Amino acid sequence: MEIGIGHYLILSGLLFSIGFVGVLRRKNLLMLFFATEVMLNAVNVAFAAIGNYYGDLSGQMFAFFVIAVAASEVAVGLGLLIVLYKKYGSLDLDVIATMKG
Amino acid sequence: MESLVYVALFAPFVGSLFAGLFFARSPKTHLVGIVASGLLALSFIASLMLAIHVAEFGAVHVTLMDWINAGDLSIPFGFLVDEVSVTMMVVVTLVSTVVHIYSIGYMDHDKGYNRFFSYLSAFVFSMLILVMSDNFAGLFIGWEGVGVCSWLLIGFWYHKADRPFEENPSISPSWAANEAFIMNRVADLGMLVGIFLIYWNIGSLQYDVVFEALPNLKDGILVAIAIALFIGAMGKSAQFPLHTWLTDAMEGPTPVSALIHAATMVTAGVFLVIRANPLFSLDAVAGVSFFIASLGAFVAFYAASMALSARDIKRIVALSTLSQLGYMFAAAGLGAYWIALFHLAAHAFFKALLFLGAGNVMHAMDDELDIFKMGGMKKVMRGSYIYMGIASVALAGLPFFAGFYSKDAIIETAFNDGSFIIWGILVITAGMTAFYSFRQVFFTFHGDERYKALGFHPHDMYKYVLVAMAPLAALAISFGWFMEDFREFITRNLPDYEMSHHTHHWAWLLGLLVIILAVTGIVIAYKKYAGTGKEAWKRDEVFEQSFIYRLVANQYYVPKFYDEFIVKPYTIASEKFWAIDKAVVDGSVDLIAKAFYKSGDVSRGMQNGNLSSYLNWMGAGALLLVVAAAISAFIG
Repeated sequence: MEIGIGHYLILSGLLFSIGFVGVLRRKNLLMLFFATEVMLNAVNVAFAAIGNYYGDLSGQMFAFFVIAVAASEVAVGLGLLIVLYKKYGSLDLDVIATMKG
Repeated sequence: MESLVYVALFAPFVGSLFAGLFFARSPKTHLVGIVASGLLALSFIASLMLAIHVAEFGAVHVTLMDWINAGDLSIPFGFLVDEVSVTMMVVVTLVSTVVHIYSIGYMDHDKGYNRFFSYLSAFVFSMLILVMSDNFAGLFIGWEGVGVCSWLLIGFWYHKADRPFEENPSISPSWAANEAFIMNRVADLGMLVGIFLIYWNIGSLQYDVVFEALPNLKDGILVAIAIALFIGAMGKSAQFPLHTWLTDAMEGPTPVSALIHAATMVTAGVFLVIRANPLFSLDAVAGVSFFIASLGAFVAFYAASMALSARDIKRIVALSTLSQLGYMFAAAGLGAYWIALFHLAAHAFFKALLFLGAGNVMHAMDDELDIFKMGGMKKVMRGSYIYMGIASVALAGLPFFAGFYSKDAIIETAFNDGSFIIWGILVITAGMTAFYSFRQVFFTFHGDERYKALGFHPHDMYKYVLVAMAPLAALAISFGWFMEDFREFITRNLPDYEMSHHTHHWAWLLGLLVIILAVTGIVIAYKKYAGTGKEAWKRDEVFEQSFIYRLVANQYYVPKFYDEFIVKPYTIASEKFWAIDKAVVDGSVDLIAKAFYKSGDVSRGMQNGNLSSYLNWMGAGALLLVVAAAISAFIG
């Protein structure tokens, strides 16, 4: 059985779904970060696969961009997390919710 | 001459602004009264000079500026000072000047002194616009302006509480003011329709253009215009059935009654008919004109009959005004426009004098109006007694006084026209007029001093007030002597009215008949009311219970009828409509507001500050978009 574009896309969809469920269900901010990373990388897989499928490099270029952006985002985000943790002593979303609508 | 026109017109306006802008909130100051009176006197002098100018050189026509210019419609702010309007101007400004000076004394103790002068001068300004305008639109503006001022001034003592109808037929000043305003609104609608009809059919509102084009119109349209305009005149001049407001308007201060509800504003309707004489003298509208004359005669009699039994000193004068307005309309309807205008001017002088005299009596009696409580006051109020005597003689139409000439001319006109029913009514009314006006004089100034038992201490008005009334007294005596000059002057503009040879032949007899009736009326009044001691008048309780007396004393139950069949159903209907309005209109608006409130309340729960639930909402939204995109891709 040859591994084709369909397989990559299914993998990407699965990964994205896992990340999505993680975003929705997780309460820990750090875990949310992981979940978003999973979603970003799922998209990267799809970009690379489709780029390859069409013989077009821009898909892979885009994947690199996403990786770069994700890296910088993580750097900033983790910094924020540390500050938040120092402030609240926890990263649980239920604990750090301050607005009461 | 242009500048004189503007001086005459705007001097009262300046006076009004002076009082209204600078002194509205400041305490009473005589400066306001003096400045307003001075400006009025200035306006009077300018009017007089204009009258001389018009007599020598003819009409003055000025255009101040364009007012409305839209499409084919062009209405300038133009003023026409011809024989008719200059007569009105002189009459209005003269009476206003006297009334202004009089008010300085009369309103002396009133808190609203400054406000009063502001309104009064504004009224004169509006009245001048009404008479001077050279088009129907300007006339209408003045017409509404005097209406507003009349409303303000009738309701001048708006703080007085309502009293039941049985106790005080005019209920309260604010009620009376509203009645006058609303009733005039009904009539003004007629007037507006008339003006619209004129514009639709002729395409202009300028008097000269309109009157030139009138003969080319169809008969039906002419009749419609005449009727519509006359409905407006009926409201302003308080002709039946729109007359009830005039007697109730007596709730206003007496100078107001003298100026607005006797001498000037109520004659605006007559002025309109005179002004529009090219319309009303067309053959096509002869029916309408005859109706005007008949209605005038009817109102003359009808009002005089009510005045016979009235007890309220101001109401008597108001009813006599109504009656005299009837005379004017009778003359105008019969085509004797210049006689109508002559009677208008004469009436303005003696009626204003009569009213101001009545005001003096009221002032002396601490605003007591009931003539049953007065009597024998000639000793303490000699000046007012003489003035009211002169005015009543003029009103009764005794020889050589103003009213004699003008009223006699009207009665002669009716005879000449061959309308013997109108003639008969007017003759009988002349006798009644003499009776009721002297009934009032004798009740007030002769007989027992009934006021003493009631603890009144009357005293006459200030000297300067009495002096200020002198010009009116002089004119009430002498105005009739200038009848031929007036005729010569005014018939350059108005059609002359020639009595036939036959009438000339009988004129002396007719005059004598009227004089005999008037003298009889006065003698009866004297016998009945002027005695003292044993001869003194006593209330006739049996007669007061009779049907006729009650019918007349209750103004033929017309106010009751209006109250029962118009005001009350209208009130009920208004309440019903209010309920519907609240349920439907307010309800639907409220519903929209409520929907926003509720949705906000419900969706507020989303903003709970928990990032996790935000993300859930975001996810749901994203899914929704994906689904929507999928569906649209599927369909499209």
